[in-house]
Amino acid sequence: MTLRERLREKISAAFYHHGLLCASYPVPIILFTSASILTCCYPLLRLPLPGTGPVEFTTGVRDYTVPSHEPQGDLGERPDWYRGPPVAYIQQVLVKAAVSPWDSSLVPVDVFRSPLGRVFSLLEEIRNHVHSDSTGVRSLEALCLQVTDLLPGLRRMQSVLPEHGCLLVSPGNYWQNQRELFDSDPDPLKTIQKHEPKGLHTSATLRDLLFGVPGKHTGVSHYNRKRVVTYTITVVLVSYDTRFLGSLRSRLKQLHPSANCSLRDDHMVHVHFKEEIGIAELIPLVTTYIILFAYIYFSTRKIDMVKSKWGLALAAVVTVLSSLLMSVGLCTLFGLTPTLNGGEIFPYLVVVIGLENVLVLTKSVVSTPVDLEVKLRIAQGLSNESWSIMKNMATELCIILIGYFTLVPAIQEFCLFAVVGLVSDFFLQMFFFTTVLSIDIRRMELADLNRRLPAEAGLPPPKPGPLRPREAPPPPRPSPHTITLQTPAFRNLRLPKRLRVVYFLARTRLAQRIIMVGTVIWIGILVYTDPAGLRTYLAAQVSEQSPLGDSGGGGLPPHLGVAPVFHAGDPTSTLSVLPAPEPTPLPENQSQGHHGSAGAGPRPQVPPAVPQITWGAEDEEGWRRLSFRHWPSLFSYYNITLAKRYISILPVIPVTLHLSPQEAIETRHPQDTRHPPPPIPKVSADLQTDLTLYKVAALGLAAGVLLVLLLFCLYRVLCPRNYGQNGVAHGRRRRGDLPCDDYGYSPPVSEISPLLLRGHSMDIECLASDGMLLASCCLAGQIRVWDAQTGDCLTVIPNHGLRRSSSSGCWEQRDGWDNCHLLRRRSVPARPTLFTDQPDLTPLIDTNFTCQPPSHLATPPRGGFDFGGLVERAYLEHESPSPSTYPSPSSAASSSPPSAAHLQRRRSLGDAPTLPAQDRASTAGTQATADWDSSVWAMELRGNLIAAGRSSGKLELWDAVEGSLRCSNEDGVSGITALAFLNNRIVAARLNGSLDFFTVEINKPLGLLQYRGAPGRGSMPPSPCYSSEDVISCQLTRSVQCAHQKPITVLRAAAGRVVTGSQDHTVRVYRLEDSCCLFTLQGHSGGITAIYIDQTMVLASGGQDGAICLWDVLTGSRVSHVYGHRGDVTSLVCTTSCVISSGLDDLICIWDRSTGIKLYSIQQEVGCGASLGVISESLLVTGGQGCVSFWDLNFGDLLQTVYLGQSSDGQGVRQLLVLDNAAIVCDFGSELSLVYVPSVLEKLD
Amino acid sequence: MTTNLVIRGTMLFSVGVFLALVLNLLQVQRNVTLFPPDVISSIFSSAWWVPPCCGTASAMIGLLYPCIDSRLGEPHKFKREWSSVMRCVAVFVGINHASAKVDFANNVQLSLTLAALSIGLWWTFDRSRSGFGLGIGIALLATLATQLLVYNGVFQYTSPDFLYIRSWLPCIFFAGVITMGNIGRQLALYEYKVVQEKTHQD
Repeated sequence: MTLRERLREKISAAFYHHGLLCASYPVPIILFTSASILTCCYPLLRLPLPGTGPVEFTTGVRDYTVPSHEPQGDLGERPDWYRGPPVAYIQQVLVKAAVSPWDSSLVPVDVFRSPLGRVFSLLEEIRNHVHSDSTGVRSLEALCLQVTDLLPGLRRMQSVLPEHGCLLVSPGNYWQNQRELFDSDPDPLKTIQKHEPKGLHTSATLRDLLFGVPGKHTGVSHYNRKRVVTYTITVVLVSYDTRFLGSLRSRLKQLHPSANCSLRDDHMVHVHFKEEIGIAELIPLVTTYIILFAYIYFSTRKIDMVKSKWGLALAAVVTVLSSLLMSVGLCTLFGLTPTLNGGEIFPYLVVVIGLENVLVLTKSVVSTPVDLEVKLRIAQGLSNESWSIMKNMATELCIILIGYFTLVPAIQEFCLFAVVGLVSDFFLQMFFFTTVLSIDIRRMELADLNRRLPAEAGLPPPKPGPLRPREAPPPPRPSPHTITLQTPAFRNLRLPKRLRVVYFLARTRLAQRIIMVGTVIWIGILVYTDPAGLRTYLAAQVSEQSPLGDSGGGGLPPHLGVAPVFHAGDPTSTLSVLPAPEPTPLPENQSQGHHGSAGAGPRPQVPPAVPQITWGAEDEEGWRRLSFRHWPSLFSYYNITLAKRYISILPVIPVTLHLSPQEAIETRHPQDTRHPPPPIPKVSADLQTDLTLYKVAALGLAAGVLLVLLLFCLYRVLCPRNYGQNGVAHGRRRRGDLPCDDYGYSPPVSEISPLLLRGHSMDIECLASDGMLLASCCLAGQIRVWDAQTGDCLTVIPNHGLRRSSSSGCWEQRDGWDNCHLLRRRSVPARPTLFTDQPDLTPLIDTNFTCQPPSHLATPPRGGFDFGGLVERAYLEHESPSPSTYPSPSSAASSSPPSAAHLQRRRSLGDAPTLPAQDRASTAGTQATADWDSSVWAMELRGNLIAAGRSSGKLELWDAVEGSLRCSNEDGVSGITALAFLNNRIVAARLNGSLDFFTVEINKPLGLLQYRGAPGRGSMPPSPCYSSEDVISCQLTRSVQCAHQKPITVLRAAAGRVVTGSQDHTVRVYRLEDSCCLFTLQGHSGGITAIYIDQTMVLASGGQDGAICLWDVLTGSRVSHVYGHRGDVTSLVCTTSCVISSGLDDLICIWDRSTGIKLYSIQQEVGCGASLGVISESLLVTGGQGCVSFWDLNFGDLLQTVYLGQSSDGQGVRQLLVLDNAAIVCDFGSELSLVYVPSVLEKLD
Repeated sequence: MTTNLVIRGTMLFSVGVFLALVLNLLQVQRNVTLFPPDVISSIFSSAWWVPPCCGTASAMIGLLYPCIDSRLGEPHKFKREWSSVMRCVAVFVGINHASAKVDFANNVQLSLTLAALSIGLWWTFDRSRSGFGLGIGIALLATLATQLLVYNGVFQYTSPDFLYIRSWLPCIFFAGVITMGNIGRQLALYEYKVVQEKTHQD
């Protein structure tokens, strides 16, 4: 034993034990795993949230030093980004200028022209400022941030933004910092507007950049009531020099003193910017994520054979994700701060770690033997794959280690993360995923058990419930026990998984709630961290309340903030009504008319207003009112990124400029006066703000209405038309007293009690019905006619074969008996309770039945053949002497093939064409009246005529009520395999492939003399009845000799067409009137086994190849072609929207009729696949082992299972017939079961 | 049959164009740290012929691989699943990402690392001799073509380090060829299945 093998064995054993452990204690292990995940992720809480705005940190100016690069641990509040020098220092010179005193001869342009003009001299001053002391001479040129080219894409800004020099920004940049250009500019406002971007722009505009204050606060407009112009000169410095800045500050203050300025100048603010993610950077990121999701999708799609595919896929994804989080958390814990962008490397990490192990585990566990215990299955599955898992893991670790030795820091870091991620992934796979898998497998087995429980036990559900006899006329029913709906947990819903998830989501409104909560949290975070958001607002509120705050309104808009200044000294200013024509606007000042004396007084005396320049707290950090993208965008124009770096903003230098009216007039451009006077606002500013509010509200309302309309239209377009109708239909059901299922859907079937029709002695072979009568024929050849309404046996047409059977050979008898006997033994293995009340049969054995046929007829042979063990014994005793005592053998002999399933018989016959010959031989010597030797292979019922096709090729017409043979036809010799009876025509398909058309002629005109039972509720017209006096003859009108090359297996007639399907792979369509062949439909690659055609000319066929074809009967073209089954298609039914097929694989598939897409499938019990029927558009009924099940077709939902009898052991429902009055007839061994579906009847009304 | 070929070619072409655009964006990001608003438009306008060329090349490669597989008579059996293909594409994008974003000490290191990664890609997802040979051949051809283009001044790199071009180019080409071949083989497999089904029908 090599080392490798030993190692392998050990690993395998370890995995086995581990699997046992996981499957034994699932809950503690999951708890343990969750706890360890949370512990490992705990360090992540310290990492910053992505997507928030810039962060600030304030230090004092006085003792400022450039922070060192090394992190200093003890400086508690200092953020960790505050390291090293900033990208730049920002020094703003805040200029407030006003023309004072205001003169009525001034035009609006004067408000800003001359104040703006002063910027050039200020600029000059700043540029030329030189500080010289003992350490040397410093000028701005040496200290400022030298910028080079603008980015190539910004050519249009070249004229405005500085290039190749100091980054010094002021409104003067609009005029290239040249006074002459400004003076010759006829319209400065237009120049400013020219550079504004069109459309909505949220980030910093050029105007904001140059003015340094938000646009509406500059006061550069025609409608500036304050007549104060505010702008800044922004100097960007690359290094901090206290003395130079101090001298500049004092110089400016000295030149332009600000009287009432109390701005604090001892704080500098450092602003740290997060990484910016632009669209261009987002595209590769999004691509990688799309690839990642595709990978996850394709991987999890392979998970199969488990209870909840989605649950396992989720568990797999959770495993991978939490292993990544764990790896990041662990790395952070051990001091490795991630420098890589987590979002970028994340997809690659997932891809490296992969979902393969998880899938391999699942597959391995699922492929273990099902009959093992869950624990052992998990353990075995784990140990099977242990070696490959370990090998893969080792390989991956090796690759990553190689990557670690590339010595590239970024790759090294990636590898480190990947290693930790791999190890934690392995841990999670072993503990978390294995446990989840064990839980899932256990659930699946439980579900299997639940599904099998009712059928296997064969017991009525636990609910005892008194046996409620039906109120129907015939009271003595053999134990009609009702079965109420099972509890939802027991019901096996056949909905596709994805639909179930969608329904679950829809029911709980989970997605909406999560989105809502997420949005609220996100908005909260944004509002709190946004620089212009809550925090600033709170700060403003605090400063407003503090006594240090300016006289009223720190955080309020300026025109309100200044108001109180005038309020006291200017009580008479009432400006509600304004004088109309005046060359200059009325100097309306800030104290707006709250006074009611508007109309009362004469023209108010307007006092000469003095524009007041005030300095408030809001000016202290005026940059806060700018967009937080202001500085990044300014720097980005020069290809300098602020991402993950910080800038330091120095306290502003206030500059107050008072200009005389004289100066203002002097600096006027000749065109300035030509400007029309601004439209005089008719309302006060207060009202105006109100109006703005109203406008916003109205706009919002309009937008809301529009949105609602849009959504409505979308809804109408997208939602299916019958969406609402469905709801109505559901509402019409009495939801109150019916049990609702999980989806609020109440099943239409409330309670169902089967009627058992007993009387046949052997398994029932043929069933036919016309809605009112029901004819059945058993293997013994006995035909019984029942009332489909009440279940009464009306007529018995016995098989008189015993008379003839005595003349037959002994061996045939023996064979037949053996066959029959075996059959009985197989199908009735244990029925002891039934036998207790049966008459003692031992005397009958010695009785010669031939002596007493009438009595035999009079009493229905109840249990006549249920000899069971008694007969077996008797048979052994009397092996040779009198075989003729047994009534059944002869018929059983000729109909030996039917001991198998109906369909199988047909197939076997097709393969063995020797049988008809034998039949023929046996029929040769019989009389012309009735043929008792051959068995009935096909039967049809119309009116009160039963058409029976026999294996001898004879067609018989019986009177259903009287039980007399009306006529027979022996034109054909080949066995009749299928019959169709439509109007007065009978079509018979024969074993040799020929097709015979018969006409039934009634010599006396047919009249509806006889009234039999209640008229059918169905829409079908009542079948013609033939009175007993009529002489009925049956004429062969046409015989198509070679309709098919091989035996005809299926024959269906509807809508004036006869459709035959044969073993020769073709389907033929004939016209009923003239028996003319219209089409030969080819397309199947196997014999045809099922055909469906209805009044609406829908034709579907299914073959031995498992294919289903839909045909257009009018053109003979194939509409669709799907492969649905492994093995033969045994039965086909169409509704208006779907096609239902069942196959030998015991699967019922429901297809969409128009698209041919499989909607879902229902697994049937073995041997019951062929029995299915559609009661209404949405109700499907299928047969099972001793029960029939009702399904909702729309949802694939099991509505109800009805057990047909108490002793329903192992008897499958092989045939199922849906009658017009919403009853179902199914054969059930030797019994028939008539099941009414009452609520469907109500619906039909 | 031909329609199938056309469909496959179209799909491969679109994949190639898409990847070319995205990866070009990655490369542009390396030179420009922060995007001003009009960079995107300039990317799409500068060399419009690059994405179509890449698309055509990838369509050819993607069709060539299954074709050669069938000619050689050694069908590719290794990891024929869509999830594996997706993994391959992700690793390819990752290699590009690394070449664009990671700061390497020198170009030799960069080239060696990328070469190792590319070989790793081949070994993880392909492992066929024909794939390796075809990959090497096409990578060399493409590098030569690029060299010619640059030499004629149609196109140029911001910082060429080896005879007018970037030395990592062959590695990227090789990885791209392997990836496109993988996708093409998977698509061909799908078609093969369809054909099988058809024969089954008939």
